[in-house]
Amino acid sequence: MITLKLNGQDHQLDVTEDMPLLWAIRDVAGYNGTKFGCGMGLCGACTIHIDGAPARSCITPIGAVKGQAVSTIDNLHTDPIGQVVQQAWLDSAVAQCGYCQGGQIMSATALLKTNPNPSDEQIEEAMVGNICRCGTYNRIKTAIRQASTQLQGAKA
Amino acid sequence: MNRLPADFVLDNLSRRGFLKGVGATGALVIAASWGLPAAFAADAAKKYGGDAMPHGLIDDPKVYVSIATDGTVTVICNRSEMGQGVRTSLSLVVADELDADWAHVRVQQAPADEVRYGNQDTDGSRSMRHWFEPMRRCGASVRAMLEQAAAEQWKVPLGECRAQLHKVVHQPSGRTLGYGELAAAAGALAVPARDTLRLKQPSEFRYIGKEGVKAIDGADIVNGRAVYGADVHFDGMLYATIARPTVYGGKVKSFDASAALKVPGVIRVLEIESRPLPSEFQPLGGVAVVASNTWAAIKGREALAIVWDDGVNAGYNSIDYRKELEAAARQPGKVVRNTGTLEQAMSEADSTLDAAYYLPHLAQSPMEPMVAVARFDKGQCEAWAPSQAPQVTRERVAERLGLPFDNVTINVTLLGGGFGRKSKPDFVVEAAILAKEFPGKAVRVQWTREDDIHNSYFHTVSAEYLKAGLNKDGLPSAWLHRTVAPSITALFAPGMNHEAAFELGMGFTNMAYAIPNVRLENPEAAAHTRVGWYRSVSNIPHGFAIQSFVDELAHKAGQDPLQYQLKLLGPDRQIDPKTLSDEWNYGESPERYPIDTARLRGVLETAAKAAGWGRTLPKGRGLGLAVHYSFVTYVAAVIEVEVKDDGTLIVHKADIAVDCGPQINPERIRSQFEGACVMGLGNAVLGEISFKDGKVQQDNFHMYEVARMSLAPKVVAVHLVTPQGEVPLGGVGEPGVPPIAPALCNAIFAATGKRIRNLPVRYQLQGWQEAKA
Repeated sequence: MITLKLNGQDHQLDVTEDMPLLWAIRDVAGYNGTKFGCGMGLCGACTIHIDGAPARSCITPIGAVKGQAVSTIDNLHTDPIGQVVQQAWLDSAVAQCGYCQGGQIMSATALLKTNPNPSDEQIEEAMVGNICRCGTYNRIKTAIRQASTQLQGAKA
Repeated sequence: MNRLPADFVLDNLSRRGFLKGVGATGALVIAASWGLPAAFAADAAKKYGGDAMPHGLIDDPKVYVSIATDGTVTVICNRSEMGQGVRTSLSLVVADELDADWAHVRVQQAPADEVRYGNQDTDGSRSMRHWFEPMRRCGASVRAMLEQAAAEQWKVPLGECRAQLHKVVHQPSGRTLGYGELAAAAGALAVPARDTLRLKQPSEFRYIGKEGVKAIDGADIVNGRAVYGADVHFDGMLYATIARPTVYGGKVKSFDASAALKVPGVIRVLEIESRPLPSEFQPLGGVAVVASNTWAAIKGREALAIVWDDGVNAGYNSIDYRKELEAAARQPGKVVRNTGTLEQAMSEADSTLDAAYYLPHLAQSPMEPMVAVARFDKGQCEAWAPSQAPQVTRERVAERLGLPFDNVTINVTLLGGGFGRKSKPDFVVEAAILAKEFPGKAVRVQWTREDDIHNSYFHTVSAEYLKAGLNKDGLPSAWLHRTVAPSITALFAPGMNHEAAFELGMGFTNMAYAIPNVRLENPEAAAHTRVGWYRSVSNIPHGFAIQSFVDELAHKAGQDPLQYQLKLLGPDRQIDPKTLSDEWNYGESPERYPIDTARLRGVLETAAKAAGWGRTLPKGRGLGLAVHYSFVTYVAAVIEVEVKDDGTLIVHKADIAVDCGPQINPERIRSQFEGACVMGLGNAVLGEISFKDGKVQQDNFHMYEVARMSLAPKVVAVHLVTPQGEVPLGGVGEPGVPPIAPALCNAIFAATGKRIRNLPVRYQLQGWQEAKA
């Protein structure tokens, strides 16, 4: 049994230590928002937060995050910055198929937490690891800029 | 725990006790007040459009619409949602005619049942263009029934009752009854006859053609709650991966499962039979590892020792095959269109120009790799899958398991992208085969990204050759074009070495330029892998070759490419595609859907104007133009690029002009063309699947690269052109792709003087400055 701190709760999971967090979260803990896209950390569909930092759950073994707080898109609505990002995504009608968007939103939220006012170059740098096959990149940029503006306004 | 949302299982009111759907198949569909030229009535004998699709169109509102007593309107969506927004767009059509409040409209996904729901193949950019009219009639019928129910309850003349935003108003008295209050009485009424329906005038539309309609699945998507294929979960479910033959036609010679069975969590290892070629939609066979979780299934598969018989395609090498295609393109081939006297015109020409182009295989690689869940119990099989082709899936599962069709249920989840790959049900059949081995248990088959890239149904690979004989004015009097590419039809029968009518009709035979002498040829090409539909299909190579060549001709003539394009189009005219030897015309009536060169001109001029065509650009920058008609929609693109001294490519802006006829959901139309632009850039700059010894050489996204944010244009502007007069709907999902690659390469030429004739562009720009010097 491995204890996983996931979305604010301790989960006792009967898995091997080498199991990537992605599969532990999906198949065993039962949260579906985190998606499988490549299994090699190349596409970002599986992006989660580990102690607030973005990570690719498909290449992070569960044994490597003992004691750390893992959170997923399923729980992002409880995060004040996450909420702003999610709303910006809706306002810009970003999603097409939507499959990658949970990972995109997790990457964007992590960016805005460390850099509330990113430049276009910084947005691109933070998001280049997240593939969207539908090609929604321009709207993703728009949504991040909107969320950034709103967060700036809230602070001021 | 069953983690399906409650509304996933279809239990629509309309399933109980109502009329069976009255098929529009074979009947003359009434001409609606909007979007249908009267000429449509003339060719009722031959079926076109949705009527020509398997199981045709159904417009019985009792099949598609239900209203609960609390007023909630539920619309059944019979088409698969893969990002094009069809669940929203079809439902808003019903809601508009019904005059429903969008806040009280829900959508349920139809399971595979074409007898009930009409055609469900979500491909060919057909959903809105085929289903707009039937869905309008569904909405209008229910509106009429609600008005009649209210009139009967109030005992007033029907003409005094008017449906208005989720309630019926008695106009003289101002009394109202909500749709929920009227639902039971309205549901008991007969569906009005089609010819009695009053459809809204466009000025009355509440949602159709309007901005700001909230996407049905938007909130679920941003909260991670949307249910895709891999999100269907049952307690005690088994998880499987499959080691498939990596060469098309290969099969298992022998295998040793002992190490795999020692992996914790692995339950069983079993072989799946490989059927003889061609594979059609059948699984490729191989060895399946069934486990208690996905990770154990992946590790178990890695531990398998398999000896393969690679079969007849073990010699498929892309380098050699390319040479074969290019050689064939230089030789005469099957003539598919011949107008005028080509040889004579060519020999009398003032000058000639020829060029050859090459485009490699691509893989659709939707972000959600293939996945399906199936459960077999007591002679029944039920599956859940992200399928573009639910009915075909149901048929193939029934065939493969030897079950009656009625014993198979296919539920359609959201698709994490499709792009044509999920029109093939091989992955669902795999889940069904394995489920039969574990009666009563749900089994999920999960493809990895490597599986997806190795065993796609690949976009074709093609060599294109063009030669023009030019007059003194630089315009062509003679046009020879050969296309050589393995055909999708090779999936279905041996010896299919020519492109089929539907492939040739994608921007090849229906080339509409005003050129007096034209010969189009299609030399043979044998398929050595599974070739399948990829968003825009054969329009990709045909459009790239023609639009690149026209740009080359313009430069040879020393003329502005836009002005040259406009001259080539000739006078505005409507062309019957049959006169271009195109009998297919995307399945649409040639009278209703002629090729309209004024609309080609319209999108060209719109895109050029928006892009500031003709302006002076800084060094290293260029504008490129392309126009392409596909899926009965007209699209032009102008792309502005910058090529740095080191060959780095930056796409600054893309202006896309679109004439797709009447626009139902303009916001989703723009999003489709934005996405198609990005995908088109990925195809052109990065996309290549290659084979060696019959095996795909790329494994994952580090080798098969697709567009990332860095390649997306800094600005994508989609300009929707409103057509003149009444024209029917065009396609939206696919026609945005074909003009992108040629517009890009024409822009690169304008920026650098380097002509890209072979895709992908990838490293070809390195050293362009030195080469120029």
